[in-house]
Amino acid sequence: MRIALLSDIHANREAFEAVLLHAADQRVQRWVLLGDYIGYGADPSWVVERVRRMTAEGAIAVKGNHDEAVVRGSRPSMRLDARHSIEWTRGHLDAAQLEFLASLPMTHADNDGPSLYVHANAWDPAKWAYVETRHDAVRSLHATAARYTFCGHMHDPMLYHLSGTGKAGEFKPEPAVPIPVPPHRQWLAIPGSVGQPRDNNPAACYAVFDRTQAELVFHRVAYDHETAAAKVRMAGLPQDLADRLNEGT
Amino acid sequence: MGVEGADTQAAAALAASPFGAAALEPGVVIDGFRLETRVHQGGMANLWQVNHPDHAQPLLMKVPRLRPGEDPATIVGFEVEQMILPTLTGPHVPHFIARGDFTHQPYIVMERIEGSSLASRADDAPLALDEVTELGARIAAALHDVHRQHVVHLDLKPENVLQRGDGTAVLVDFGLSRHDALPDLLAEEFRQPMGSWPYIAPEQLHFVRSDPRSDLFALGVMLYQFTTGELPFGEPQSMRALRRRLHVQPAPPRALRSDCPPWLQELILKCLEVDPAQRWQGAAHVALALADPRQVPLSARAHRSAAAGWLARLRRRYFALGQGAPTKAPRSARVQATRNPIILAAVDLSEGSSELAVQVREIVRRVVTTEPGARLACVSVLKTGLLSVDDYNDARGANRQVLQLAALKHWARPISKGLNLDEGRLTFHVLESTDPAAALIEFAQRNGVDQIVMGARGHSTLRRYLGSVSSQVVAQAPCTVTVVRI
Repeated sequence: MRIALLSDIHANREAFEAVLLHAADQRVQRWVLLGDYIGYGADPSWVVERVRRMTAEGAIAVKGNHDEAVVRGSRPSMRLDARHSIEWTRGHLDAAQLEFLASLPMTHADNDGPSLYVHANAWDPAKWAYVETRHDAVRSLHATAARYTFCGHMHDPMLYHLSGTGKAGEFKPEPAVPIPVPPHRQWLAIPGSVGQPRDNNPAACYAVFDRTQAELVFHRVAYDHETAAAKVRMAGLPQDLADRLNEGT
Repeated sequence: MGVEGADTQAAAALAASPFGAAALEPGVVIDGFRLETRVHQGGMANLWQVNHPDHAQPLLMKVPRLRPGEDPATIVGFEVEQMILPTLTGPHVPHFIARGDFTHQPYIVMERIEGSSLASRADDAPLALDEVTELGARIAAALHDVHRQHVVHLDLKPENVLQRGDGTAVLVDFGLSRHDALPDLLAEEFRQPMGSWPYIAPEQLHFVRSDPRSDLFALGVMLYQFTTGELPFGEPQSMRALRRRLHVQPAPPRALRSDCPPWLQELILKCLEVDPAQRWQGAAHVALALADPRQVPLSARAHRSAAAGWLARLRRRYFALGQGAPTKAPRSARVQATRNPIILAAVDLSEGSSELAVQVREIVRRVVTTEPGARLACVSVLKTGLLSVDDYNDARGANRQVLQLAALKHWARPISKGLNLDEGRLTFHVLESTDPAAALIEFAQRNGVDQIVMGARGHSTLRRYLGSVSSQVVAQAPCTVTVVRI
C-alpha cells in the first residue's frame, strides 16, 4: 500500500496540481490530505472542489486551522495577513464548499500501520499547537498508540522517531531518499507544505509512505510558483504572500 | 542500561514471535532461509550459514542477540545495519539479500564472503612492508567506495575487513555506521563513545558521527599496527586512557621498526592527526599515495624519531579542547568524498602532439582552478612493444622512464607554478604498457580518479591504424572523461 501525504495546500492550485501529477507517477494507491486546504493562496474554490472530489473517491482528509477559521470567520487574535486572507477566502467559497470544510474530521485513525492522520498534533488536535521541537513530537507520540503519525501545520518537512527505550531523534529529510521506518519504533512525519514551502526552497513538499515496505520518501516538486504568485497579486491579497511563494519563505 | 534500557517493544514482540532466540537451530526455516550451521557466536549477534532455494551459494544470516536486559546498543546497532547495508552496492561490501523486521524475527541475510578477516594479519604483525602497502591500498579503495555511497563506517578495525579471493577488501558490520541521508538512530542513544577503542578517532569521543576522515584515522591505526605490531594508543580500558589520543602523539613507527620508510611513517602519522583537517582529506588520496610512495610529500612527520615534545603535545591538546564545541558541522561523507576530486591529466608527449598537449594543459588548469581541493595526477604512458621485456636493455628502459618523467614535469610547469599546488596535490606518473587506453583506465580505477582530461587527435595515420585511445577511455573509464580537441 503506497500512500501519498499532502498537507498545507493553502489554495495554491499550481502546486497542488504539480504534486498530484508527481504522486500519480509514484504509483500511489491512497491519498491522505492533512488539512489547511485554503488560506493565503488565490484558488480556494478550485482546491476545495478538488479535495471534495478526491474524498468522494476515497481519499482521507482532515481539518486544518485555516479550514476551521474560514468556516467560523476570522478572529482578532489571528495574524493580520491570515485574517485578511480568511475573509477574502470566505468570499470565494460557496455554501456547499464551506459545508464540506465544516464536515471534515479532526483526525483519522487508520488500522493499517496503525497510523494517525491529524493536522496539528495528537495530544489536543483542536487547540492547534505546533510540533516544533523534538519535545513536542514526543508529547504527540505519547498521546497515541499509532506507530505512525502524519501531521501538517508545520511547513518544513521533518521526521521524528521514538524508540522503545524512550530515546527520541529528529531528522531533516533529503528529497527522494527512501527512509526505512520499521514499525517497532514510533514515527512522526511532517511531509511539509504543498502550497507554501518556507525553507528557502520554493518547490512543493509532500511524502509517500509505503506501508508494505515500511519506507517513507519525502519529495520536492518544482511547480510554476510565478503564476501562483501572480494570481495572489491579481487577487489583491497581501504582496508578501505572493513574494514568499517565489522565495520559498 | 539495565533491563528497562532494553528495547521493550522489540523484546515483547520477540517473546510473542514463533522464533525465540533459543529456537534457532539447524534445520529451522525462516522466510525460506534454512539454517545450516552457526558459524559465529558474537557478543552482539550470531551468524548462521543458510541456504535458500533461489540462491545457489550458501548465504550468511546475521541474527541479533535479543534477551531481556540486553544492551540496547545491540538492538539499535542491528537496526542501523538493517537500514544501511541495503543501500550499499559494489565489491567492497557483502551483497545484501533480505532482512526481517523486529515485529517478527529480526535478521539480515547477505552474501557470504569466504575469506577470513584481517584480524589474523594483525596477529601476525609486524608484516612485510609490501603487504602493509598492499593491504592499506585495498582498505583505502573500499573506504572510498563506501564514502561515495554516503556512508561513514565508524567501526573500522581488522576484524571488520574481509578479503575476497582476489584480495578485494570487503567492509562488514555497519552497526555503528552513519548514512548522511538517513536518520541517525544512534545519535541520541548513548552517552559513551561508540566504536572499538583502540581504533576510534578523537572526534568520535565528542560524538561526531558524520566525518569520513574518522575512518582514515582508524585506517592509520591499522597501518601502524600492521607495520609495528603495536597499537599507537594501546588498548585503553578507561575513558581516561581513551582520551589520551586527544593530546598524546603516538611513538613514530620508525622508532619501533627501523626499516619503516619515511614515506610510510608520514602516511600513517598523517592519518593519525587529531585534527581531521590535518589528515588525508579522502580515502582515495591515501590509495593514491600507497600506489606510488615516491610521491608522498615528506613533512616533519616523516622524520620524527621520538615521541613528541611538550610543544607538540600542547598543540594537540589545544586543538582537542577546541573540539569540544565544533563550530560548524563536518561535511557529509559523500560531499567530503567528492569535494577533493582527483583529476587525471593524460598527456601524450609524443612528437607532433605538442599543440594538443598545450590545449590539454589549458583545460586542466581551468578544472583545477575551479576546485580548490583538487589533486592533479599527470600521467603519461610509455608504449612498450609487444615483445617488450627487451633484454636490449633495462638501462635504456629506465632512461626512457626518467626522460618521460622530466618531460611530463616540464609540461606541467605552467600549472604548478601558476597554481601553487601545495603538499603533494600534484603528482607525476609514467606508466608502461602495450595498451595506453587500458593502462589509463586501470590507473583511474585503482586510484579513484574522478575526472580524466585527455586529448584526441583529429585525423592521423596513427589513429587510423591504432584506433582512438580517447574513445576507448570514454567508453570504459569509471569516471567523467573530458576529451580535448583542437
